[in-house]
Amino acid sequence: MINPFRPLIAGINMFVESLRMAIANITANKLRSFLTILGIMIGVTAVIALITTISGVSSSISDSFTSMGAGSITVSTPGSDLKSGLSSEDLDDIAALENVQGVTPSVSLSVKAARNGVSETGITVSGVNEYYFINKPDALESGRSINPIDIADMSRVCMIGSDVMESFFYGVNPIGQTIYLAGVQFTVVGILAEDTDTSIASIMSGTPDILMPYTTAMKMNSQNLVTGITVYMNNPDDTEDVKTLLEEHLDALFSFEDDTYTITTMESIESTMDTMLSMMSALLAGIASIALIVGGIGIMNMMLTSVTERTVEIGLKKAIGAEPGQIQIQFLIESFLLSMIGGVTGVVLGLVVSAAMCSVMGTNFTINYGAIALGVGFSAAVGIIFGWSPARKASKLSPIDALRRM
Amino acid sequence: MNDIFFQMRKIVKQYPLGDEVSTVLRDVDLDVQEGEYLSVLGPSGSGKSTLMNIIGCLDLPTSGEYILRGQSVEELDEMELAHIRRREIGFIFQNSQMLKRMDALKNVELPLIYAGVSPRERARRAEEMLVKVGLQDRLHHFPNQLSGGQQQRVAIARALVTRPSLLLADEPTGALDQSTGKQIMALFSELNADGHTIIMITHDINIAKHAKRVVNIIDGVLSEPKGEVTFA
Repeated sequence: MINPFRPLIAGINMFVESLRMAIANITANKLRSFLTILGIMIGVTAVIALITTISGVSSSISDSFTSMGAGSITVSTPGSDLKSGLSSEDLDDIAALENVQGVTPSVSLSVKAARNGVSETGITVSGVNEYYFINKPDALESGRSINPIDIADMSRVCMIGSDVMESFFYGVNPIGQTIYLAGVQFTVVGILAEDTDTSIASIMSGTPDILMPYTTAMKMNSQNLVTGITVYMNNPDDTEDVKTLLEEHLDALFSFEDDTYTITTMESIESTMDTMLSMMSALLAGIASIALIVGGIGIMNMMLTSVTERTVEIGLKKAIGAEPGQIQIQFLIESFLLSMIGGVTGVVLGLVVSAAMCSVMGTNFTINYGAIALGVGFSAAVGIIFGWSPARKASKLSPIDALRRM
Repeated sequence: MNDIFFQMRKIVKQYPLGDEVSTVLRDVDLDVQEGEYLSVLGPSGSGKSTLMNIIGCLDLPTSGEYILRGQSVEELDEMELAHIRRREIGFIFQNSQMLKRMDALKNVELPLIYAGVSPRERARRAEEMLVKVGLQDRLHHFPNQLSGGQQQRVAIARALVTRPSLLLADEPTGALDQSTGKQIMALFSELNADGHTIIMITHDINIAKHAKRVVNIIDGVLSEPKGEVTFA
C-alpha cells in the first residue's frame, strides 16, 4: 500500500539530514564560522541595543511628562498691538471656562537679592497664584504657601528655595525674616521643597529660586498684563476639549488676529519628542543595518569558499543521486543557520548591552519585541539572500568537473 | 540472465579545447547484458573515464544513442539523470571518497538520504551492506580510523545500498596495495556471482583480467580483443 504522506515524510527526513550536515560543517571549522557570523552578530547587537535603549529613554521621558504635565496646558500670549497680554479679568474668564480647574499666570523675572550685607544677582523669581500649589502639592517644605489674600493685596511675601536659603539664611530659620529683592523688602513665609525630581522634563522647565504672588511680580516688572499662563484641568482627558474652548476664547479676545497666542499641551510636546526619538532610532537602526549587510557579504564569501572547497564532496553526492535542488537546499540551510546563530547571539548581546545602558542612564529597560523580530527576521533574510548564489553555484556544479579533482 | 542491460550506438564525445574541438570518444558501440562483469581497459587519456561518465549518466554524449534499460538517456534533464543515477547505478571511485565528517554507517546511508528512505530503514540497510562487505565491527568508525581497503569496502557498501542494477567502478584498486586489491577483486567476483552487473574501468591489465569480459579503449576507439587480452 502506498502511503500518501511519503513525499512529505521524505522531505522532512531530507531536511533533518541537511540540518545535521550543516551543523557538522559549521562546527567542523569553529573559528571560521565564528568569524563569519561576527558581522551579523555585531549588526544585530547594534540594532537591538539602539532600539531598546532609545525606547527606554523615550518611555521614561513620557513618564516624566505625565508626572509633571498631564492635565495642564501652557499658553503664551504675546497678544496684538492693541492688547499685549491678558488682564486679571481675562484670567478669571479663562478660569471660568468649562472643565478648567484654575489658571496660574507665569511672570518671570531675574533680580538682585540682598540681606545683611550679602547680595547676589541673577536670582530667578516666578510670580504664581494658589493654583500652582494645588497642582504641585509637594512644593511646600515648611511655612505656608502663597494664598489668594497675598495676591489680592499684592503682599510683599515670598517663598524661597534651598539655594537662596543657603546663601542668605545659613543657620537661621528664614520664616518671618526679611530679604531685599530688587531693593524692595519682602518677608519670607515659606520654604520650597528641594526638587528631587531629576527627570529630563524638570531639568528642561527649570525651578525658580523664589516664588511670590504674581500680582506683586507684575508690579515689580511694571507690567499690568500677563503674557504666559498655565491652565489646569479637572481631568487630563479633557485636554482637547479645553484646548478648543481656549482657542475660541482667545480668538475672540485678540480680535481674531494671527500669531497672538500659542497653546502647548504636554501631549503635543510628548508626541513631538516621540516622533523625534523614533526618527532617531530609525536612522540609527538604518546605520546599524549596514553592519548586517556587511555581515551578509561575509557569509556569502565563506559559502563561496566552502563550495569551492567541497567541490569533490558535491560531485560525489551528485554521483550517488543527489538532485541539484537537494544540494542547493543543503547549502542554503547552512548559510541560513550561520546567519541565524549570529542573529540570535546578537539579540541576546543586544539585550544585555541595552539593559546595561538603561541602568547607567537610569531609564526603564523594557524588552522591545519588535526590535527582536526585526533583528531575527533581518538575519534570516540575510542568510537566505546572501546564501542563495553560493548554493545555486553548488547545485549547478557538473559532477564530472567536480569528480575530476579527486 | 541474457536481457540487454544497455546499448551504445556510435557514441561520440567532444570537448571544446580553445578554438578546436577535441574528440574523446569516437563511434563507440557497446552492448552489455544483465549480470555481466566487464572491464574497460585503457591507458590514461584513452577516454575511459569519459566513457564511464556517460555510462554512469554523469555526462551526456555529443552524439550517438545510449539506451539504458530500454530508456534513451539523451534527452533527460539534470533532475532525471540524478534519479537514474540514484536508481540504477552504484559508483565506486579510485579514492573511496568517504565524507570525512560522517562515520561508516552514515556514509553508506547517504544515497538513501537523497532517495528519501526513512531513517530506520536507512540504518538497517546500511548496516546490512557493511556486514556484507565484512565491516560489521567498523560501523561507527570515521574515515581517519579506517585503512584504505576498509574505506574502499565502505565505498562498495555505499554503492550497493540502493540496490542498483549496475556497479560502476573507476580504478577501484588504484589506491590500494596488492593484497588489499586482491581482496577487493574477490569481493567483486562474489558480487557478480550474486547477480550484480559490474563494469570496471582500469589501466591495469592484471586487474582487468578478473572480469569475465574485457574491452580495450585507445584514443577513444573501443575494440573487443579476440583471445588474449593485451594492450594494442
